[in-house]
Amino acid sequence: MTGQGFPGKLPHAYMTAGTSSFSEFLMQAAPELLPGRRPLPPGDFAEMSAHATTIVALKTAEGVVMAGDRRATSGNYIASRDIEKVFPADAYSLVGMAGTAGLGIELIKLYQVELEHYEKIEGAPLTLNGKANRLATMLRGNLGMAMQGLAVVPLFAGFDNDAPSVAEAGKIYSFDVVGGVYAERDYDSIGSGSIFAKGSLKKRYRRGLSTEDAVKAAVEALYDAADDDSATGGPDPIRDLYPVVMSATAEGSKRIDEATVADLARAVIAARTENPYG
Amino acid sequence: MAMQFYTSPEQIMRDRAEFARKNISRGRNVVVLSCADGVLLVAENVSSALHKVYELYDRIGFAAVGKYNEFENLRTAGVRMADLRGYSYDRRDVNAASLAKAYAQTLGAIFSEQTKPFEVEICVAGVGSSPDGDELYRLTFDGSINDEPGYLAMGGAAEQLVEVLSEGHDSEAPLADAFALALRALSSDGGNGVRRELTTDVLEVAVLERARPGRAFRRIEGLALDALMPSTEAEAELDPDEVLGDEPEDGADTPDKGERPQPSE
Repeated sequence: MTGQGFPGKLPHAYMTAGTSSFSEFLMQAAPELLPGRRPLPPGDFAEMSAHATTIVALKTAEGVVMAGDRRATSGNYIASRDIEKVFPADAYSLVGMAGTAGLGIELIKLYQVELEHYEKIEGAPLTLNGKANRLATMLRGNLGMAMQGLAVVPLFAGFDNDAPSVAEAGKIYSFDVVGGVYAERDYDSIGSGSIFAKGSLKKRYRRGLSTEDAVKAAVEALYDAADDDSATGGPDPIRDLYPVVMSATAEGSKRIDEATVADLARAVIAARTENPYG
Repeated sequence: MAMQFYTSPEQIMRDRAEFARKNISRGRNVVVLSCADGVLLVAENVSSALHKVYELYDRIGFAAVGKYNEFENLRTAGVRMADLRGYSYDRRDVNAASLAKAYAQTLGAIFSEQTKPFEVEICVAGVGSSPDGDELYRLTFDGSINDEPGYLAMGGAAEQLVEVLSEGHDSEAPLADAFALALRALSSDGGNGVRRELTTDVLEVAVLERARPGRAFRRIEGLALDALMPSTEAEAELDPDEVLGDEPEDGADTPDKGERPQPSE
C-alpha cells in the first residue's frame, strides 16, 4: 500500500475521505502553499510589501455593491496605480481586501478555490453565512504574520439565496485581523481611507437604493476617501483608470461595465469642480 | 503456523479481474459523447442525489459506473488534484490527460497491491475549442487507460451501446441529436434490437459546454431536460413492438441491471 512502484499514483491525502475544504486538504498535501504556514524571523515587516487601501460595500434593494480604488502604496511611494482589490468570490458573492497586497491577493485566490472546491465536492454551494465564517477561519491562520506587520483585512458581501425576500438578500460581513466576523447593517468600508468613505456614505446612503444609485454612492465615497487620504487613489482620467465596482444580485456577481463607472467618475469630478465639498 | 498454499500470480490477477468485471457488469450504463455544442454525459441513474456524472474542473468532467463509494473516492481525489494544480500553477494548466494518467496509476496500484480491486470504470472527459480538441479517456479497474475520441460507453452493456453509438455518432451534430443518440444507446442495452423506454427520472444528464467561458460543466435537469427529450411523435415512428413499456422483470437472458446496494458505512 506504499505506492512505491507507482510514482504517479495519487498520494494518500488525496484519497482520504472527510473534508470538503481545500485549505484543510492543503494542510495535509502541500502545507507550504498556505499563507499562514510560513515562519518569519522576528521583526516587523510592514514595509516589505505594498499596501492596498480603500474598499466600500453597500446593501441595495437588489443585493450588494462593492467598490475599490486602484492604488497600492509603499510608504510615501505609489506602488501601483491600477491594482484590482475587489473580486467575485463565487457566483453570488464578492470579496475585497485591504492591507498587505501580496498576501491579500493570495488569500482571495485561495478563498475563491476554497468556495469552488466545496461546491464541487458537495454538489451544492455553502450558505452565505458559511462562506463568511470560512473566510474568518482562513484569516485566523494569518494572525502570526499580522502581528509582524503583514496584516490583511477582507470585506465580504453577497446575495443570500436563502433569504426570505430579495430586499433582505444583500449581506455584508466585515472582519478584523484576529478573525472576528461581523455582519454589517447597511454599508461598510475598510482600509486607510475608510473613515472618510464611511463619512461620505453616512450622508448619501439610503436603505433600498437601486444598484445604479449604489454604484454612484460608492464612486463618490471613494472620491471622498481619496480627497483626504493620500493612500487612496482617486479617479484618474489622464490614465483612464477608475474604481473597480462589482455587484452581486439574484442574477449573480458581475463587474459593472468599466465605461459606466468611467462616466460616473467623470460626472463626480465635474460636480466637484463646481462644488469641491460635494 | 498455517500452511501457505501457492497460488500463481496469473491466477490471482485473473480472479481479481473476474471479480471486478462481474460486479461492474451489474451496473447501469453511462454514455459520453462529443457533439458540436460540447461533450455530453448521460447516465442511467435512479437516484437524484447520488450522481454518476460530475464536474472535475473548468473544462473537465467525470463519469463513472460501479461501486459508489469507490468512484466517489476517486472523484474527490480528482477534484483535489485539479484544484491544487490550478491553484499552484494556472487554471489553464489543468488538463484531462494528466488527470486520466493519475487515475490510471492509482487504479493500477490498487489493482495490484490491494486484495480487492476497485469495482469501477470511470471516464475523464475534456472539452476543447472544437470537437477535434475533445478528449475522452476511459479507465478500467486495473488501471488501463483508453483514449476513445468521439464517444464511449461504460457499464454492463457497454458493447451493445458502443455499437449503437458507432452507427449514429456525428461530432458535428447539435446537442439535441447527440442526446437522442445517447438515449437510443442507453435504451438498447437489452441487445437484439429490443428497446426499453427511459424517462427523465432515471436519467442524469450534463454537458461540458464548448462556448461557455470558465466552468463549462452544466447539469441538464428538470424543465431543461424535459425540453431535450425527443418528442413523442418521433418515438411513435419506431416499431411499437420494439419499445418495451418497462424494464424486463425476468432476468432470464438479460443480466440484472439493478444497482448493488450500498454497504452502510
